[in-house]
Amino acid sequence: MDKSEKLALTLSGLLLAVFLSAIVYASVAKNIDVPTCITDIDPFLTDTLFQTGPDSYELQMVARMWAFQPSTVTLPAGSTVDLYLTSQDIIHGFKIDRHNVNLMAVPGAINYMQVTFNEPGEYLFACHEFCGAAHHTMAGRFIITEREDEPELIGGAF
Amino acid sequence: MSDYIFRFNKSNKYLNATLLIIPMVLLFIGIYGGLMQTLFRAGIVTSDPFVGGDYYKGLTFHGVLNAIVFTTFFAVVLGNALIPYSLKKELNSRIAWISGILMLVGSVLAAIVIFMGEATVLYTFYPPMMAHPLFYIGLTLLVVGSWVASANWIPMYLQWRRENPGKKTPLAVVGMFTTFIIWFIATLAVAVEILFMLLPWSLGLVDEINVMLARTLFWFFGHPLVYFWLLPAYVMYYVFMPKMAGGKLYSDMAGRLVFMLFILFSIPVGTHHQYMDPAIGAQWKFLHGIFTFAVALPSLITAFTLAASLEHAGRQKGSTGLFSWMGKLPYFKKENWFFPYLILGLIIFIFGGIGGIINASYQMNTVVHNTAWVPGHFHLTVAGPVLLAFLGGSLYLIGQFLNKEIRLKGWAMISPYVYTIGLFIMSYGLKIGGLQGMPRRTNTGLSYANPDSILYQPDWIAYIDLSVIGGVIMFIGIVIYLASFFATVFAKGGNGEGEGADVTFPISEPLHDEKASWLRNFKPFIIIAIILIILSYTPVIYDVLQATYGGSPPFSPESPVPLR
Repeated sequence: MDKSEKLALTLSGLLLAVFLSAIVYASVAKNIDVPTCITDIDPFLTDTLFQTGPDSYELQMVARMWAFQPSTVTLPAGSTVDLYLTSQDIIHGFKIDRHNVNLMAVPGAINYMQVTFNEPGEYLFACHEFCGAAHHTMAGRFIITEREDEPELIGGAF
Repeated sequence: MSDYIFRFNKSNKYLNATLLIIPMVLLFIGIYGGLMQTLFRAGIVTSDPFVGGDYYKGLTFHGVLNAIVFTTFFAVVLGNALIPYSLKKELNSRIAWISGILMLVGSVLAAIVIFMGEATVLYTFYPPMMAHPLFYIGLTLLVVGSWVASANWIPMYLQWRRENPGKKTPLAVVGMFTTFIIWFIATLAVAVEILFMLLPWSLGLVDEINVMLARTLFWFFGHPLVYFWLLPAYVMYYVFMPKMAGGKLYSDMAGRLVFMLFILFSIPVGTHHQYMDPAIGAQWKFLHGIFTFAVALPSLITAFTLAASLEHAGRQKGSTGLFSWMGKLPYFKKENWFFPYLILGLIIFIFGGIGGIINASYQMNTVVHNTAWVPGHFHLTVAGPVLLAFLGGSLYLIGQFLNKEIRLKGWAMISPYVYTIGLFIMSYGLKIGGLQGMPRRTNTGLSYANPDSILYQPDWIAYIDLSVIGGVIMFIGIVIYLASFFATVFAKGGNGEGEGADVTFPISEPLHDEKASWLRNFKPFIIIAIILIILSYTPVIYDVLQATYGGSPPFSPESPVPLR
C-alpha cells in the first residue's frame, strides 16, 4: 500500500467518523432520535385525543385504507403531542410537513414520536407508503391555531 | 494477457446470448413503465395506453423488471463469461442451461401475473398486501436459477486453485464470487420470507402473517441487494476500465480489500431501511447505521483507486498538470464506446454515494424517508452507475458471444451521455421535491398535482415537471442504445456461426501488485460476516417478535376489506 493510498484511506475513515459524531451529537445533545421499540401501550384500533397537561396532548391515530383517523387535528400553537400510530389493515406511511416526524404505520405494531407545534398554520401529512388503489388520496392535516382555542377533531371515530 | 481469447462452446454461446437478449426486451418494457410513471405523476396520463392499468401496476413492473430481473440476469451472464474466461475452463453447459431456464420461466411467470393485474404489490411486495401465488413462485425460480448458476462456478474455481497453488485468483473472479456470496446469504432471508410466510399464506394454508417480521426479513435481503447490483459494475470498473482508458489498475490489493469489506459489511445494515419502523429498538437501528458507514468505506477506497488509475492513464498519454489528465481520457471515441458507460456511471455515483450516506445517517433519514428523495437517490445508483455499466457490458458481451462487430457505435457511444443528462434532471426534480415533502410511490397526478383536488400542492409542480423532462430524455437515451444493441443482434455475419464464440475482455494489469496473502481466502471473511449478521440481527428479530401482536389476513390493493 503506497503513501497516497494510506492517506486516502485515513481521510475516508476520518470523514465517516465526523459524520458519525454528528449523528451521536444530534441524538444525545439535541435529543433528535428515530422511533424505538414500544411495548408499554395497549393495542388500539380507534382514534383518541386527550389533554395530558397544559400544553400537552396524547393522540392515538389509526391509519387505514385510505384515510387517517383523525384526518384533521386542530390544536393551539405551542402544543406538544405524544403521537401513537398504528394501522388497522396494511402498511401505511406518515410524515408531517416541515416537522421531524416520519413514521411507518404497520399492522400489529405501535409507532411513537413526540412532536411540538410552535408556529400556527396547516401541516399536511400524506401517506407515503403504497397502500392500494387510492393511496394518493390518503392524507390529513394538523391545523395549528393561535393560542386559546379548544382542540377539535374532524373525521374521528367518536 | 490482453490478446488472450477464450473459446466458449456452441451451447454456452447461445445460452449466454439468450440470457442477454430476453432480459433486454424485459428491460425495455420496464423502462417504458418508468417513462409512464413520470407522466402519471404529472397527471398527463391516467391509464396506461398500451398495457392498461394504473400507475401502481406500472410501478410494479418497472421495479420488478428493471431492478430485479434485468440485474440478476446480467450478473449471471457476466459471471458465466468472466469466470470461464479468467480460469480458462469451460462452463458446464447443462447446469448453465438449467439455471437459465429456471430464471427465464420465473421471470416470465412473475411478469405475466403483474400484467394481468394480479400482483400490484410493487417490487418490495410488503404483506399484508397479497399477490397471486405465481408472483412469489416466479421470484423464487429466478433466485434459485441464479443460485444454480453460481454453484456451477464453484467446482471450476476449486479445481483452478488446486492446479495453481500459490497463484492469485484473478480479480474478476474474486469480484464475481463476492457478488454471489453476498447474494446467496441475502436471498436466504427472502427465501424464508417467501417460502415459509408469503407463499403458504397466499395459497391459504396459513391464515395470518406477522407483517413486521416479513418486512424485516425483506430488508435483510433488500440492502445487500443493492451491492448485488453494484458489485458487477465494480468488477467492470476495476478490471476493464483502467485498460480501456489506456492505463493500469492503480492497486490490485485495494480491489481485493474492497471486495472483502463488502462481504463483511453488506448485510448487517438492512435496518437502516427501517429507521422509521415501529417494534425495533433505536439502539439497534443505530448499530446498523454504524455498519452502513463501514460499508461506505470500500466505496470511498474505490473512488480513490479508480481516480488514481485514470490519472495514471492520462499521464501515460503525456499529461503533466494537476488536473489535465482528466482531459486525456477517451470520452468521445467511437471505437472506445464502452468507456463512457463506465466513466459517466462513476460521475453519477459521486452524487448517488453522497445521497446514500445522507439516507444512512440515522435521524437525518426522518427528513427523506419515503419521500420522492428516495427514488431520486436510487436512480443515481441502480439506474445510474449500475444500469450504465450493465448496458455497456450487455452490448460488449453480445458482440463477443455472437462474434459480431458492434453496429451503430456512434449511437452506442452517445447514448450514456443523453441518458445521464436526463437522469440528473429527473433525479434533481425527485430529490428536491422529496425535501419539500412529496411522497414516493404516489400517483400525484390524481391528487397532489391536480389543481382540482383539495390536496393540490402547488409547490411540488415544478419538481414533478422536471421529472417528466428528465424521464423523457432518459427514455430517448435508452432507445438510442437499443438501436445499437438490436442492430448488432440482427446484423448479418459473425464469424464461426454455428460453432463456438471467441471471447476476449480488456483485462487491466495492476500498477502496484502486492502479495496481500490475507485477502486471498474468502473463508475468514465469510465467517466474520456471519458473526456480524448474528450480532446485528438477533436483537432486531427479538424486538420484532416481542413488540408485535396479532397477525394480518391478506388484502387486495383494491379494497379495504380483507380477502378472507
